[in-house]
Amino acid sequence: MNRRLLTTFAAPALAAVAAIVVSSVAVLVAGESPATAFKAMWSQIDSTESIVLIVNRAVPYYVAGVAVAIGFKMNLFNIGANGQYVLAALLAAAAGAAVDLPAPIHVAMIMGIAVVVGATWAAIPALLKAYRGVNEVISTIMLNYVATNLIAYLLAEHFRNPDQPNIRETRVLPESARLPSLNSLFEAIGFDFGPGVVLHGFLPVAIVLGIGYHVLLNRSRFGFNLRVSGENPTAARAAGISPRRMIIVTLIMSGAIAGLIGIGPLIADPQFYKYGDQFPVSYGFIGLSLALLGRNHPVGMAAAALVWATIERATQALSFVDIPQEIGIILQGSFLLSAIIAYEIVRRLSADAETRAASRETPGTRTIAEAPA
Amino acid sequence: MTTAVEPGTAIDSAYAIELRGIVKRFPGVVANDGVNLRVREGTIHAIVGENGAGKSTLMKTLYGAHQPDEGDILIHGTRRTFRSPSAAIDMGIGMVFQHFMLADNFTVWENIVLGSEPGHLRLNMRKARRRIRELSEQYGLEVDPDELVADLGVGDKQRVEILKVLYRGARILILDEPTAVLVPHEVTELFASLEQLTQQGATVIFISHKLDEVLGNADAITVIRAGKTVGEIDDPSTVTAGELAEMMVGSELPSPETREATVRDDVRLEVVGLTIESAPTGVDTVALAAGLAGGIESSGTPTSHRPLDDVSLRVHSGEIVGIAGVEGNGQTELIEAIMGLRPASGIVKVDEQDVSELSNTARRNAGIGYVAEDRQRDGMVLSMTLWENVILGHQAGDDFTHRGLIDRDAARERTRQVVEEFDVRTPGIDVSAFTLSGGNQQKLIVGREMMAKPHVLIAAHPTRGVDVGAQAVIWDILRQARSDGLATLLISADLDELIGLSDRLLVMLRGKVVAEVDPQTVTPAELGSYMTGAHQHDGRSASGSPGDGEAPA
Ligand SMILES: Nc1ncnc2c1ncn2[C@@H]1O[C@H](COP(=O)(O)OP(=O)(O)OP(=O)(O)O)[C@@H](O)[C@H]1O
Ligand SMILES: [Mg+2]
Repeated sequence: MNRRLLTTFAAPALAAVAAIVVSSVAVLVAGESPATAFKAMWSQIDSTESIVLIVNRAVPYYVAGVAVAIGFKMNLFNIGANGQYVLAALLAAAAGAAVDLPAPIHVAMIMGIAVVVGATWAAIPALLKAYRGVNEVISTIMLNYVATNLIAYLLAEHFRNPDQPNIRETRVLPESARLPSLNSLFEAIGFDFGPGVVLHGFLPVAIVLGIGYHVLLNRSRFGFNLRVSGENPTAARAAGISPRRMIIVTLIMSGAIAGLIGIGPLIADPQFYKYGDQFPVSYGFIGLSLALLGRNHPVGMAAAALVWATIERATQALSFVDIPQEIGIILQGSFLLSAIIAYEIVRRLSADAETRAASRETPGTRTIAEAPA
Repeated sequence: MTTAVEPGTAIDSAYAIELRGIVKRFPGVVANDGVNLRVREGTIHAIVGENGAGKSTLMKTLYGAHQPDEGDILIHGTRRTFRSPSAAIDMGIGMVFQHFMLADNFTVWENIVLGSEPGHLRLNMRKARRRIRELSEQYGLEVDPDELVADLGVGDKQRVEILKVLYRGARILILDEPTAVLVPHEVTELFASLEQLTQQGATVIFISHKLDEVLGNADAITVIRAGKTVGEIDDPSTVTAGELAEMMVGSELPSPETREATVRDDVRLEVVGLTIESAPTGVDTVALAAGLAGGIESSGTPTSHRPLDDVSLRVHSGEIVGIAGVEGNGQTELIEAIMGLRPASGIVKVDEQDVSELSNTARRNAGIGYVAEDRQRDGMVLSMTLWENVILGHQAGDDFTHRGLIDRDAARERTRQVVEEFDVRTPGIDVSAFTLSGGNQQKLIVGREMMAKPHVLIAAHPTRGVDVGAQAVIWDILRQARSDGLATLLISADLDELIGLSDRLLVMLRGKVVAEVDPQTVTPAELGSYMTGAHQHDGRSASGSPGDGEAPA
């Protein structure tokens, strides 16, 4: 058990060290001191406020990771999560602002629309692959462009807030469509974040999603079929698991979850409550990185999302000490790359170690019985 | 016993290979427990032993695929350690694995040259082709360098694997169960080539469970049991297959029971005019699965004839119908069409119910059990645990799932039963399937299908790679199930198995059923000539009318 834990954490730790070395070199090349940089970064995240902000940021990242991971599990690359969630967020924002409903139903409706839109948009590459063999990487990338332009058109022509003719954004969602913050919950157990710090209310949804992902994958028949299809597609076919059906269902499911990526920001972040030019549009790509980093594991991806958000938060401090903020991207990139390499190294080392341990645990006798020939 | 030898010290030795006291442990098992092996230069040396005895493990040690925990490897009397296969290849040692390792979508010469030209980024194509031609002429390993590997039969693939090893300059060849997939005349050809190789100074080690073929072709035999050398036979003419088997399992073999006809009246499986047209159209599920596997999204090889041509047959309750044929003559297509895994025209009935339009899952639920041809490709997921592999293929039934959720306890319980009853040698049911030896993987699959109590069994090579003892067990279980009323369609490359088990035998050639023979009277030689088309049967039309000639009215 200890050995397993060790190997689980060895790779990310190794990767973190490598990433810090690489970005230190980058800081040195930029003519600055890595010590200054990392000190500034540390002071930036060393507060309750920072932690809350990091969690808020990590939540949609995590949703994106789960959405992508479910496809990865059967070697399907849903590069189109961006298009799926942005379109979902826009339509959900427009629809949510257009109606007046009691709070829980209003929220449920918005989420429902987002899920349906995400799923529908993902159904296009799913059907193309299942019936025409079109590679989903290509079709989802193209559909991202289509989505971007479709959104620009819809926002400009149909969903623009009539009260703000100069700004391209939807109407602000009414109170009933918003998820309350979790502050009061923490205050109830005697935990005060301080003034102006808000823990967004979408966190529980992400947790439920993670648990659901785990149960689906490891306990359900569908998850079994999914894993078999990913590990050995020819055996899956021979076992009566229709590759066509699995491709369609999995990509659509990935799209459905992707539909929720933007809903956290939309209904739980006071900064938005609407869809506009400021709305984040590339969380889907972050999801790809996180699924890789977290090895498609529900907990691994949560850790990865937190690390990602932490790096982003920390590097904001670099501008105070006149160091280019792009160091943050170098840090993320080198972390991802070295993590992938480290996973492979650790896997090999631990396989060796396991065999060596087995050698110690079961010493062989070396008597050789010669049978009469 | 074993004395440690300094690396690089030359000892006067008549042996091309000498392994002393090799110990190799895996979690929970000692795969090799002090094995000794001595192989003379220029000989064909056989290694025999039960499933899981440690034969493949020993050969992988010699090939540098992993390092032994203890023991010495001496090549021509000099102690060596191989950090990797390339170190072994540098010493002239090459290995053909139990499961083929060829890239289907590449040509023969590309497969042979792939990975063997370190330092040369640009291959000299013409030179490579010429060298391959020379090699294949020199050793009688005929194969066209420009053909696509996907289009080759197993015999050809085997030759490509051997050429690949020779091309890398191997003088010592290790073949892990090279004949498991071959029909008799291909086996004869293979050993003729190996004979030629040894005459020119090469040394060959092969593993086999077919004791007659071992006795007929090996110059010396080493017997391994439970990771130890239990016998070294320098002159195979001094032992019989029975003695060899006894040495392997440590006890006497069960004698095959006498057989009596158990064929009943009711037709359990009926196939009428099953046909697959040559050119596959559109994106079918075969291609989709291949695509997910990372292969090229195409399937079906263009042949001059239909892959499956108007095949009709009936299997009654309590009957075993055998299909003989050289691999690649439509057997794969036939069983996949019956299982609903390949689109085909024609009718398939199970227990009088027409299942032609049903999915594979529905057909399985109608009571068909299925042992696929290639265990690692279609039969199991190597990275999953044994109990997950027992669910595989039955995940849609209600044995292991309730309301869409996997019933782990039921699956584990069934796995324990399979392991027990089919004598699967494993430290536990939570280990990944790749840790099992080849024969034990096969036992797990056959056990999984039999324990599900099918009405109809489609079994392709059910004892492929299984040792003589376990083979007898599986045969007994198949016979027992037959007398309990199971209808079995049996495909096998092992003619003794076909003749010994079948109530009726059909021969397939180029997608058609070309003959029906009586297993009671046919000889393996006769059967062989039907399979190659050398012999035309008179009692039966070549188009394949419903094959129930000998069934009781
Ligand atoms: N990678 C592995 N991890 C754990 N155990 C292994 C591994 N490879 C082999 N073993 C175990 O080592 C033993 C010997 O296996 P090996 O494959 O050498 O048998 P074999 O003699 O080749 O049998 P077969 O005739 O069935 O091919 C078996 O008990 C097997 O389960
Ligand atoms: Mg083996």
